[in-house]
Amino acid sequence: MIVVGVADVSTARRRDELPEQVERLLRQLAPQVLGALVRHHGHFDAAEDAVQEALLAASLQWPKSGLPDDPRAWLITVASRRFTDQLRSDAARRRREDREAVRAPSDAAIAPAPGDEPGSHDDTLTLLFLCCHPALTPSSQIALTLRAVGGLTTAEIAQAFLVPEATMAQRITRAKQRIKAAGATFAPPAPGELPERLQAVLHVLYLIFNEGYTATAGPSLVRTDLSSEAIRLARMVLALLPDDAEVAGLLALMLLTDARRAARTGPNGELIPLDEQDRTLWDREKIAEGIRLISEALPRGRVGPYQLQAAIAAVHAEAERAEETDWPQILALYTVLERISGNPMVTLNRAVAVAMVHGPEAGLALLESLATDRRLKGNHRLDAARAHLHERAGDVERALEHYRAAAERTASLPERNYLLKKAAALASSARLAARPEDRP
Amino acid sequence: MKYMILIYGNEEKWSSLSQEEFAKLVAETDAHNKALFESGELVGAYGVADQDQAKRVHVRDGVPVVTDGPYLEAKEYLGSFSIVDCESLERALEIAAAMPSARLTEIEVRPLLHEAGLEM
Repeated sequence: MIVVGVADVSTARRRDELPEQVERLLRQLAPQVLGALVRHHGHFDAAEDAVQEALLAASLQWPKSGLPDDPRAWLITVASRRFTDQLRSDAARRRREDREAVRAPSDAAIAPAPGDEPGSHDDTLTLLFLCCHPALTPSSQIALTLRAVGGLTTAEIAQAFLVPEATMAQRITRAKQRIKAAGATFAPPAPGELPERLQAVLHVLYLIFNEGYTATAGPSLVRTDLSSEAIRLARMVLALLPDDAEVAGLLALMLLTDARRAARTGPNGELIPLDEQDRTLWDREKIAEGIRLISEALPRGRVGPYQLQAAIAAVHAEAERAEETDWPQILALYTVLERISGNPMVTLNRAVAVAMVHGPEAGLALLESLATDRRLKGNHRLDAARAHLHERAGDVERALEHYRAAAERTASLPERNYLLKKAAALASSARLAARPEDRP
Repeated sequence: MKYMILIYGNEEKWSSLSQEEFAKLVAETDAHNKALFESGELVGAYGVADQDQAKRVHVRDGVPVVTDGPYLEAKEYLGSFSIVDCESLERALEIAAAMPSARLTEIEVRPLLHEAGLEM
């Protein structure tokens, strides 16, 4: 365990200094090399460790000696040797063979079979299915996906989730044990299971994206950029499944959301709501790509929740000013979304759209129907939405009450600060209104 | 989600245990922490020194003033705390309930605020 930790720390440090091109190549090859290894040898858990070690060897060697002729074959060779060594637990042999592997990288001990090349893409997908196996908890799925498919080190993943490296190493080890215990093998899911398993993969990528969707100030500055990683992985899945409209929808949703990154927080990391953002800061390139993806995906006919959320994000993106937002269209999209994947969070968002189209009272009436929904019990978003609509309706007292309740209930520091600020601003403007002689 | 699990107590409670019982409590607590570490959920577990060693610091007119003693005079004070990173509040409560000290004293579970914030 300690050995793994030490190797990971040095990898993380080294990788910071790596030329971007080498870093990108290593991360891109990681799942292909692991896929080839698992298919040859089985033993997903040991193969995964061996690939991490091969990536470390490459990150030390390549910047000095230059790229080998066939980087993928080089990595497979080194990883295969590490793998065999691991099984033999022969430390002296390991050290000797490392040197040989580095000296003679073209001497592929287990060269990829001729049939490997076309299969490498499918391997990456099979790996994703394995890492997002239903026997795992979401946090384990995320950690394993980032390491085995994303090629991130344990140290980098630990840093991203603000936990000690040893804790993350345990989580990954435990995840691999669970996969083994569940009897999962390195094979694509049965055709009947495919849609459900793909759904799990997309959900994990969505969670990774959201985890990275943080304030850009404070401690988050040192965190690995999970949003960019999620976008990279979603691009990879789309390249593997170019005809899947929901994969395209998810990538579009991520791009359109991430496009607002520079505008969604102020200089001190404080949240800026959509309608107050400086839209000139939005990333036009990402918006254009997101809109192109969703425009191509939607007409294919199989509309799913990610496509609809992307379409909603696209409508927001198309408004140059908040007042120009096409709320009737957003309301129509939320209505379809509610029909195909009804959950109280969707209804909550639809209520906000209803308020924008038909007035705050209509929105509040819809929110009222959610007040008894057990799934939203204690959820701050219901209070935040009610506060917002009461404020729009001019009911300061009830708006204040719900802003404060929402601030008490959120587990997010930036959200709490935002809600308290809203409450304070509302309270002071109400005091001024009550005593007009104090007005400046 | 990260949670802070705080174990409160006082001398009276801890000294109510025999030497063997106390040794057993310590051993069981170590085993529980080890299991939590192995499941990848333990962020950290810390014992807190006795309240006699507590110092309070405040700054008045730019001058730091240090005084002895805990912040509040209380019947029970913080004895140790753990931080766990787990799937849900239910799991955090399960972890707290499995702590050997829960048989003897009060345990408090508090969610830790995180940095992620969505647009409102």
